[in-house]
This record gives sequence, C-alpha cells and structure tokens, in this order.
Amino acid sequence: MTNDVSISYLIFLMPLLTFVVNGLFLGKRSAKGAATFAILCNGVAFAAALFLAVGYFTSGFAPQKAVAFEMPFLKFAEGFVANIGLLVDPLSIMMLVVVTFIAFMVNIYSVGYMRGDRAEGRFFALLSLFSFSMLGLVAATNLFQMFIFWELVGVSSYLLIGFWYHKPSAVSASKQAFILTRFADSFFLLGIVLVSYVAQSFDFFNLNGLTLGAFADQTINLGVMEVSKATALTIGAVLIFTGGWGKSAMFPMHIWLPNAMEGPTPVSSIIHSATMVVAGVYLVARLFPFFAICGNTLTLIMWVGAFTMVFAAVIACTQKDIKRILAYSTLSQLGYMMFALGTCKIGDAVFTTGWTASTFHIFTHAFFKCSLFLIAGSLIHQVHTNDLDAMGGLRKKMPITYVCALISVLAISGIPPFSGFFSKDEIILSAFQGHHYAVFGLAVLTSGLTTFYMFRLFFLAFHGKPRSESVAAGHVHEDFAMTLPIAILAVPALLSGLLAGGLFEHYFVPGKLMVPQLLQLQEAHWIPYVAVGVAVVSLLIAWVLYASPKANINRALDDVNRSSIYKTIYHKFYFDEMYYCVVRQFVIGGIAKVARFIQDYIVEGIVAFVVWFFHALGRLVRTAQSGHLTFYLGTLIVGVILWRFIGHLPF
Amino acid sequence: METLLFNLIWLIPLLTVIVCIPVPKTNTKLLKGIHTFSGSLVLALVGYLTYFVYAQGSAAVHESAAPLLLRFFTDIPWLQAFNVHYIVGADGLNMFLLLLTAVIVWAGILVSYNIKGNQKVFFALIQMLATSVYGVFMSMDLVLFFVFYEMEALCMYLMIAGYGSGNKDYGGKKLTLTLAFGSSMILATLFGIYFEGGVNSWSIMELSKVTLPMEFQMWAFPLMFMGFAVSSSLFPFHFWSPDGHASAPTAVSMLAAGVMMKMGAYGCLRVAMFLMPEAAKIWLPYVVLLLIFNVVLGPFIALRHKDLKYITAYSSISHLGLIFLGLAALTPVGLRGASLQMISHGFLTGLFFATIGMIYERTHTRDITQMGGIMRKIPFLGVGFVIAGFAGLGLPGFSGFVAESNIFIGAFQQGDTITRIVTILAILSITTTAVYILQTANRMLHGNMPAKYESLTDGCFREKLVIVVLVACLLLIGVFPGWISDLLDQSIAPIFAKISQAAAPVVGG
Repeated sequence: MTNDVSISYLIFLMPLLTFVVNGLFLGKRSAKGAATFAILCNGVAFAAALFLAVGYFTSGFAPQKAVAFEMPFLKFAEGFVANIGLLVDPLSIMMLVVVTFIAFMVNIYSVGYMRGDRAEGRFFALLSLFSFSMLGLVAATNLFQMFIFWELVGVSSYLLIGFWYHKPSAVSASKQAFILTRFADSFFLLGIVLVSYVAQSFDFFNLNGLTLGAFADQTINLGVMEVSKATALTIGAVLIFTGGWGKSAMFPMHIWLPNAMEGPTPVSSIIHSATMVVAGVYLVARLFPFFAICGNTLTLIMWVGAFTMVFAAVIACTQKDIKRILAYSTLSQLGYMMFALGTCKIGDAVFTTGWTASTFHIFTHAFFKCSLFLIAGSLIHQVHTNDLDAMGGLRKKMPITYVCALISVLAISGIPPFSGFFSKDEIILSAFQGHHYAVFGLAVLTSGLTTFYMFRLFFLAFHGKPRSESVAAGHVHEDFAMTLPIAILAVPALLSGLLAGGLFEHYFVPGKLMVPQLLQLQEAHWIPYVAVGVAVVSLLIAWVLYASPKANINRALDDVNRSSIYKTIYHKFYFDEMYYCVVRQFVIGGIAKVARFIQDYIVEGIVAFVVWFFHALGRLVRTAQSGHLTFYLGTLIVGVILWRFIGHLPF
Repeated sequence: METLLFNLIWLIPLLTVIVCIPVPKTNTKLLKGIHTFSGSLVLALVGYLTYFVYAQGSAAVHESAAPLLLRFFTDIPWLQAFNVHYIVGADGLNMFLLLLTAVIVWAGILVSYNIKGNQKVFFALIQMLATSVYGVFMSMDLVLFFVFYEMEALCMYLMIAGYGSGNKDYGGKKLTLTLAFGSSMILATLFGIYFEGGVNSWSIMELSKVTLPMEFQMWAFPLMFMGFAVSSSLFPFHFWSPDGHASAPTAVSMLAAGVMMKMGAYGCLRVAMFLMPEAAKIWLPYVVLLLIFNVVLGPFIALRHKDLKYITAYSSISHLGLIFLGLAALTPVGLRGASLQMISHGFLTGLFFATIGMIYERTHTRDITQMGGIMRKIPFLGVGFVIAGFAGLGLPGFSGFVAESNIFIGAFQQGDTITRIVTILAILSITTTAVYILQTANRMLHGNMPAKYESLTDGCFREKLVIVVLVACLLLIGVFPGWISDLLDQSIAPIFAKISQAAAPVVGG
C-alpha cells in the first residue's frame, strides 16, 4: 500500500454526499442539477477507485490483504468489536472498481432514460444510496459490517423497484423482493450471531483462519440439541450462506429477481444484474476458507448454484419479456458463479481454480450483463413495451445498439475472444477438475442453452421485419445519453476477459496460506473446444428457428398453442403461484389467523371473564345490601342460630 | 448548579400548569405558546444535562449514591416517620430515558395543536403526565418512585376518556384498571422489600447493599416483575395496550407507547432485578417463555389487523418483548441492548404514532384498506411513516438495529435452553416484522389513490419539525451508537455486578 488511503474515503463519501444532497435539497428543485451532480460525484468515486486499484496492483503489495481504515461501530466485549472499515485485497478492489464504474455508467444512462419523469431527483438520490451501500458491502472487513450494508442494499433495492409506486405491480414486486431477501437475511443474522458467539469475532481474517479442531471438544446448546462447537460452526456457515442464497436469488428463493424487473431499467441493470445480486457470491468468496473447512457446505453451495443455473436457463428459453429473459439469464449466470465456488474441494483438499473463475466471472458478467440491460432499456424506451411481440427489425434503426448488443450476446455465450468465454471456460474447467462430472455436464449444457436464449432474444429483437407500427413507421432513434454508456460498456464486454485474465490468475487466490491444502491440477485443454462447439451449435439452432429465411416468427412467439411442458416452463414452473399460495394460505391464513384467534378469543375471553366475574361478585354482594330491614334481621337471627349450632357440632 | 437544574426537570411542567390556571381557556394561542415553551425549555435543559453527564464520563460521584453511578444526587428527608426521603439522581440510563421523555413530550405538545375539546385541560394533563414520567426516571427512593408511577395512569385515563376516539371509554378503563392491577402487585412487594430489607430505608442504593431473604425473593420477584411488566405489555398482560392506543389521542399514544411503557421495563431492571438478583436468575428463563407470544406471535397479529393504531400497538408489543429478552439474557450486552431498545423504541414509536396521527387528521380513517397511493399527496408524512417502519424492522442506520443486534448477541450468550430457543425464534421473526410493516406502508401509501384524497395537504412546518427531530434522534443513535453505549455500560455495570455476584441460588434453605 504505497498510495495514500485517504483517497479511498472519497469512494464512499461521494455517493453518500450525492444521496444527501439530491435527496434533501437538489432533487426537488432541479432534476438536471441532481443528474449532473450525481454523474460528477460518481465519476469522482470511480476515479478514486481506479486510482486505488492501480496503486494497489502496481505497488507489489498485492495480493496481500490489508485494512485501509477501520473504526469501531459497536463494542460487545474486549476484543469482540464490530468495526466499519475498508478491507483492501484483490477481490474488494475489483468490486470497488466494478461498482463505481457501473454506477457511473448507469447514472449517465439514466439521464436519458428517466428524462421527464416526475421524480427524477429522487431517482438519482436513491441510485447513489444504493452505490454507497454496495460499496460499503464490498469493503466490509467483518460480518457485522457486511450485514449492515447488506440490509442497506436490500432497502435501496426495495425503494428502487417500487420507484413507480403508483403501479401496483411494481409495489408488490418490491415488497416481495424485500421480504424474500429479508427472510434469507434472518437466517444470515442467526448465522452471524451463532458464528460470532463461537468464534468470538466478526472479523473475516479471524473466521478465515479458524480450524475446527480447536472447537471439536466443546459443546454448545442450540436449544433443540447439544452439539459440538465445530458442528455449530458448520450450521452457522450454512446459515450465513442462506443469506447469500436469498440475495443472489438462488432456487427456490429466485422468484423475486424476475419480478423485480418491474423497476426502472437502469435499476435492473445495476442492482439486479451487475452488482447487488452478486453479493451472495461475493459473501461466499469472501468467507471461502471458512466455508471450505465447514463440512460439506461447499457441496451444498455447488448444487444450489448448479440447479439454479440449469433451471433458470430453461425458463429463459421460453420468455417473451426481454427484461425477464435477461433476469433469468442473470440467475443462470449467478448459478455459474455460485457453483464454481462450490467445486473447489476434493475430499479435504481445496484448490482454487473455481474461486478464481467465479470472481473472474463476477467481473466480466458485470460488464456484459449491465450492457445488455441498458440495451434492453433503450429498446423499451423506443418501442414502449418489454414484449418481443412488438420488436423485430431494429437493426437498421439502432445500429450502434445493435453492434454493442452483438458483442455482449457473444460475450455471454462464451464465444472467444469475448470476455465471457474466458471466465466461463474457467468455471467449466473447475467443475471438471473437482471431479464433479454431473455438474460439469450441466454447465456445458447450460452454456448451450445460454447461447440459444440469448440469440433468440437477439434475433427476435433486431432481425426480421418490424412487428410494431412505431418501429415500421420509423419513430425510433438512438438517444445519445443512453447510447454513450452502452458503447463504453461494449469495450470491457469485448476485452476484459482477454486483458484481465492474467491479473486474475496472478492475484486472485483466496488467502492462499489459509486454505488447508493446495492441489496442483492438470489443465484439460479440450474443454474450451467442447464448450465453444456446443455454443456454436446452439447459435445455429437459434438462427434456424428465429432468423433464417425459413424461420416462422409467429410460431416462435406463440405461447398459447403449445405443449403442456412448454407451458409449464413458460409459466416458470408455477413458482409464483406456489409462493402466493403458501403465503396466503399458510402464513396469513394459517399462523397469523391462529395468532389473532388466540388474542381475540382466548386472551380477550379470559379478560372478559375476569371482568364478568367481578361484576357477578359485585351483584351477589349487592343483593345482601338490599335495604330490607326484615332481611337484615332474619339473616342476623339465622346467623346467630347457626353460630351457636355449629359450635356444638362434633367436628 | 446542575443538581438544582436537574430537580427543575419535573418541577417545570408542574409550574407550567399552575401558570396556566389564570389563562382563559378560550385563549388557546397563549396556552399553546406557554406549553410549547415549557416543553422546549425542559428539552433544552435535559439536553444540556445529558451532555453534562456525557462530559463527566466516569468521574467520581457522590459517595452516598454508591453503588450506582448517579449524578445530580439529592437526598432530602420527606416523611421522617416512615423513613421516606426525596432522593433523586441520574446515571446514563436515566439521563437518556429523561431525554427520550423530553423529546416525546415536546413532540406530543406540538402534534396536539388541533385537539378537539378543552385544550387548557388537555395540555395541563400532558404536563402532569410529563411530571410523573420525569419523576419515575429520576427518583431513587421507592416511595417517591411509586407515587410518580401511580400518577401517570390517572392522567392517562382522563386524557383517553376525555379526548379519545372510537371506543374511548372502554379503552381508557381497560388501560387504567390493568395498570392499577400491576401497581397493586408492585405496592405489595415494595412494602415487603422495605420490611425484609431491614435497613429502615426506601432508598434503592441502601436496599441494594443487602441480600433479601431467598424465600421472600422467590415470591416477591415474579410478583414485582409482572407488576412492572404489565405496563410494558408483557404477555399475558398486554391486552390493555391495543385498545388503549387505539382510543387514545395522538399525543397520548405517543407518550404511552413511547415513554410510559418503558417505565415498566425500567422498573424491572432498576428495582426488581437490581434488588432481587438471586430470584431473577431463577425466574427469568420462565419469563422468556412468555416472550414467544410477544416477539413471535405479536407481528403475526399485527399482520391481520387493518387499523393503523392496532398494527402499531402490536408492533410495540413485539418490540417491547425484545427488551425483556435482553433483560432475561442477564449479560452486559443483553442489558445494554435492553436499555438501548427502551430508548430507541421510544423515538421510533413516537414517530410512528405522530405520523399516524397526522395522517388520520387528514384522511379521517385509520383503516389501511380505505387508503392507498396517498404518498403522492403527502410525501413528507409518508416518508416519515416509511422511515419509522424501516427503523421498526431494524434497518441498519437507525437505532432499532443497534438495539436489536445487542439484544440478539447478548441473549445468545445466555446458554439456558429456553432462552436459546426463544432467541433463535426472535431472530427469525425479523421477517414477520418486515411483512406487516411493508404491507401497511404499501397499502396506505402506494398503489392507486381513491379520488377523495385529491385535496390532501402535506405537513405544515410544525409537523415537519416533529418528524425531523424524531428521525434525527433515530439516526443519531443508529449511526453513532458508540457514545450512548459507553454511557449505558457505565450505568449497567453496577446492576450487572450485583447480578453476577448473586450467590448460586438455594431455594427453601
């Protein structure tokens, strides 16, 4: 760390400043001013992040970890403190650069996209709140800080999905996103409490340096059972992963992400594809050595990731809403990243190909997926619908967008030399090296599916004849503010794999010394050929179906006269309905109803009974005081007789 | 000097009432002016004194205040024949509770400008209520404490029955009688403590130096704890609070939920647990069982309600349950979390009820199904409500998160099986809290707006000021929890020391 860390404060303060200034003062007065200010501040933050990155990687200090600054937030006991700070290592630096860059681009893009919206100022304020929270998350030095910013990104996501709060669909999507991630977060919080209790620390350094041996012979009471502290740590690891499970929208907590597409497209682009949803992967990557020692946690992570990858890719092949196709594609790509992390273990031995591949894929995916979303936003802005039904033939009208889209689509398909090829190839390789052949097969298959659905989207949107009147009539143009960031993003989408690959191979290893055992694994040089081959075949299938002269577009877009399997997939396997049913019937209609019943009938019933009892008692006593002299006298006489009589009873 | 000022805290509201007696009740402008001034004055005073306590740090205190770290210690004989003294003083915990009270009273006066009915009496009652609450948080003599504690239920009844809405007679009676029932339990044990203590003193400090006989503690502790818990709406004595809040005017809801319900929890900590730590160790795990209702079922009940005030009341019930979880943890972190939650929840629920009151003034309904989309018309109040909601669901950056994380981590340090299970359930129920809060906010503020709300107007300066101040308090604790935690730690240390020194309890010996 040769350069001054004080510049790293700028990275965090700039978005925060934007949020405060735009949210409180500028936003309501001048939308233009708010936008300019936001772009300026985010630009400065990006420059600062880049400066930090260059300084770090050229100083010779990399890939060591350091804490640039740290201040205590809450002290629980001596040596058991929750800090807020900035952790500097290759992973966090990479994320800082990615987040600030994407935020910068999306802010520029939003000038065009949100032009004329009633609440433009609020939009820029919230966007900056999100970047601030996300930066705090990636900079976290400990679990507590991560949880703080984890919740803050969740709430910014909520506020931005529901940005158009007069739209009921947006409102319910935002609610769903927040509650589902919150549900996962409750387990995350429990995991943090449990792990920090056992390890007496929140710190990533300490957690990653743990060995289970020290805890094997102590026990801890988990309420339902007594387990050893080593087991408790493993349970804690799974609970912590659950947080990432929800945030990265892994199956079966995936439904919120496609629904979150109700938000403005710049939001989908930055939050729901490039940065926030990666937080779950980032969490696992950050705590990787810890997860690696905790039993079979990594295997769980691998299967969750792998299943989501295939599941989402299958759904993406049938959707018609372009944002939803991209959302399912994001899910599928997140599945790639997640399972790559899980493949890194053979027996007790840990290797790092998957870790490197996963972080590499976070990096490349951010660019091409952000770009794809921005392109989708451009299309929607021109065509005024998300539906592929109304697109087609946009190639001629939007040439720059078309070229950029081609680059990004090729990148996500894993065609060399585009960026996605390098990272995806590494991921597939890691599955092979970890002897997870089933997952390896699924990954290759999904690679084909990815190419298929991306080119389906691409061909149906840009090629063929225009299917809507506005496109046919030529009311379509390219907006400068929106096309500029798309064009800029095409550069890293094209080149980042080629140029940054070396960087990742050299520096991106998860705490090398702390991993129990390192394996030297053989490269399998035939894998890229297989993967690219599958991709090319899928591309051709997509071309035949959707772009060749013989393609029947009407048939391709038909979702009514279809087989039941197709319909099931088209309806996303009815997961939305299942969730709805569970929440309605079981939670609100079941537990909550019972709780209210207990309150309204049992508790209040007892209260009413007590009140009635005292009233009745009062009535009873009152009858004694009736005011009739004869009654008093009679009672007196009877009483005296009884008293005398009782005195003579034998007992 | 500061000691003199400290004693003025409870006197100023009382003096204000006296000053207002000659003012004709038709001159509401002057009345409001006087009361607002008095509220602000006390707020400034308490603010200054809090700063003073903070600046003093852990400097030595008056020796007769030992073992507590009390500032502004005053001891004047009052009823010599019964050894009753006027003893007041404050440590960090008391000081923050006083500050909370001052803020809520100030806000309560400001939001009541449009109250219907005899305003002169209403404001006088608010000031009386303020006096009693200040008194409770200041007094270190059990009789004095109880006198102030009793005063509050009476004022509360008069305000609800006189100025409330809906089923106000029922709500007011239910609240007052239940609280009186709790007080009777407390009174019985107070006498017991005095006679069993055998030091001829009602002073909390003197009594804390003796160990009360175990047979006495075993029945007195649960009685006293539950007596206090009645006003903190611990299950099964929570039933007064939803009906009470629902029928109370805004300011009274704010004071009841924000401040008065903390008096019970404060009493549990300061009197019951501090004086009878041995029994506390035995009984508290069973108290935790009751929390399943408060913390786990409370949010679910809120989910089924449609009236804003009922929702908030059940939200308060669940948040107050967390205070008891922190207390029952019997660890320094848990006790600190409980104290933080008392303070944090005061501001939070004050903000909740304040915004609800303001919205109700405009929409004339509290039924969330009747509303919708009004965020567009009243953005400031809407944002205030949403902030209260987020603070309530424990969003980092607001005080609720700080308090809850302390409680959870503290409660998890308690290895007892029941506490563990309830802690785990409590952590998992943060989701339910989110569900009802978002559902309420979405139904009320978002979506389609009925045409009848076209003419709604956003808050005026006075209302905005209240919201801004309360939000600022939530943020201040949430973003910089360090200094407040340090002060609370100092005040909790003697209580925790007493608990940890408590001999291994022997029952019946």
